[in-house]
Amino acid sequence: MKVELENLTKRWGNVVGADSMNLDVKDAEFVAFLGPSGCGKTTTLLMVAGIYKPTAGFIRFDGQVVNHVAPKDRNIGMVFQSYALYPHMNVFQNISYPLKLKKIPKDEMQKRAQRVADMMGIGHLMDRRPAQLSGGQQQRVALGRALVKEPQLLLFDEPLSNLDARLRLSMRSEIKRLQMGLGITSVYVTHDQVEAMTMADRVAVMKDGKLQAYSTPDELYDRPRTLFIAGFVGNPPMNFLEMEVVRENGDYHARREGFDVVIPSDRGEKAAGKGNVILGIRPEDITISDEGTPAEVFIVESLGRDDLINMHIGEASIHVLADPVLGLKMGQNVRLDFNTHKVQFFDPATEKSLLWA
Amino acid sequence: MTTATFESGSQSGVKRFLGRTLPYVLLVLSISPIVLGYAWLIIATFSYRTEGLFPIDAAGNIGGWTLSNWSFLTDPAIWRVTLNSFVLAVGMVIGVGFVSSMAAYSLSRMNFAGRKGFLSLTLLLHAFPSVTLLIAIFFVLNFLSKIPAIGAWFGYNTLGGVALVMISLDLPLGIWLMKGFFDNLSWDMERAALIDGASRFRVWWEIIIPLIKPGLAALAIFNFLSGWSAFLIPFTFTVGSKVANLPVYMRQMISDTAPTNWNMIAAVGMFQLIPVLIFFIFTQEMLLSVYAGGSKGGT
Repeated sequence: MKVELENLTKRWGNVVGADSMNLDVKDAEFVAFLGPSGCGKTTTLLMVAGIYKPTAGFIRFDGQVVNHVAPKDRNIGMVFQSYALYPHMNVFQNISYPLKLKKIPKDEMQKRAQRVADMMGIGHLMDRRPAQLSGGQQQRVALGRALVKEPQLLLFDEPLSNLDARLRLSMRSEIKRLQMGLGITSVYVTHDQVEAMTMADRVAVMKDGKLQAYSTPDELYDRPRTLFIAGFVGNPPMNFLEMEVVRENGDYHARREGFDVVIPSDRGEKAAGKGNVILGIRPEDITISDEGTPAEVFIVESLGRDDLINMHIGEASIHVLADPVLGLKMGQNVRLDFNTHKVQFFDPATEKSLLWA
Repeated sequence: MTTATFESGSQSGVKRFLGRTLPYVLLVLSISPIVLGYAWLIIATFSYRTEGLFPIDAAGNIGGWTLSNWSFLTDPAIWRVTLNSFVLAVGMVIGVGFVSSMAAYSLSRMNFAGRKGFLSLTLLLHAFPSVTLLIAIFFVLNFLSKIPAIGAWFGYNTLGGVALVMISLDLPLGIWLMKGFFDNLSWDMERAALIDGASRFRVWWEIIIPLIKPGLAALAIFNFLSGWSAFLIPFTFTVGSKVANLPVYMRQMISDTAPTNWNMIAAVGMFQLIPVLIFFIFTQEMLLSVYAGGSKGGT
């Protein structure tokens, strides 16, 4: 099913939950709504679900406006962060509840519930109560309940946030596999950018009720349109340094105190002569080498595969990913090489990208 | 080193003994008036007269056990008033439970004009002592009596009328109590049920009500007890023994002209206590059961 949001707005008095959202979800597409808490992603999702009535704008399912269609008539399935299982019903009753409401005959109900439960790997737990299940099992029951009525649209509201890190990883790929296998259009709300980047075909980044960007994960990562996206997407986050870009002898130089790097002209020319700009560079695009910008090691955090190192360049502080075999120590002086083909530039006033806006 | 530990150990042994027993002594002392009161009640129901906690016969000797105080059980009137008491209590359980769980759900979950005002008004009304309303209620019941059909059941000097008054006076408390229970339920479960295809009423009946059973049980117990032992309102709005309940019946046993048989009144009181005890045995498990929810955290 195709979903379109047109100028979708939700207000409670003066409080704006979602502000003129425009986006479309293609059939069988997996879209993630990404943003910090309070950014309007859950509000938008609940409007799609029909729980909230939009203040303005339209929601279209396959071209039909569904603003006033009750949730039960939208043929959607939803998975909640809190699982929202019915504690007084056992697993079978939970999964088959949507079928019971559809008045589906008992033996067919039994068959379909069992099939979905087997698919989710919880077929042997049918007579347990939710309280007797682990978090991961509860989440599977919730998924099964959402899938059992064969919805045309699946909505996820931070479904993995309450799971421990390992389980989250395996559930992530399982949900993605399931969604691809069934080909159900899905909208997935999360504040975890890794979840959004790994699972979604397209990511809608939101902030303060506004849609910031809507594009593929790679595009968001390589061509962030705003300072917010650049800082929010990617882990560890992008470094930002305020500096000036000047042209000298045909080369573009990004300069600040203790820092002078030559920038490729395709990127440099867009930032040159704009006064102070913000340079953004990801920790993995900085390497420790024999020559380059001098810096001092300030804090070393071991991440296992890499060390995340906080360095000082003059008064500026940046994060760098380094190989642990280098054995860097606090106070050590090193030199940094910047992969200048990956630098970003932002206008400090508008916070928009100078490269991609 | 070891001796020192031993000595301090024995010293603290005495202290520990005191520390353990003292609270019990204080507790026993403080509840003894109530326990003794009940002991007297039980003894008195089986004796002609009592001297302190001892039953005595006409000559003043200890002894004199009798079942004569329980002779009221052969009076058909007692069964009628017991039934009246029971109907009143059950009527309150059902009436208050039904209305306040519906009202509290809408006050907790739905947004409508006047919601806030209604909430504060109910609280304000609850703060009014019901005695101040007795005369006004009399006029209301009198008015109801004149309406055909309804008047015979809910007018003045009818059990229905008394139940109606008692239910409405208990509603504010019931609504606030139930609202507290509804407020504590996660919205997600309700949203899930709505998306699963349930109507609002079905969500209320199949998902929400089962989850607040402990709250409903607590409310039912309060209402059963207040209906069972209600005196002021039944006494005010009924005449004679046809619609009297147990407390009113007891009041009728106290005569201004003839000597009152206090031991028989004690027996009636005891009789009134028995259903309450049975009721408690069946409901206390429900009260104590804390519902195990299906969520770990969440909204």
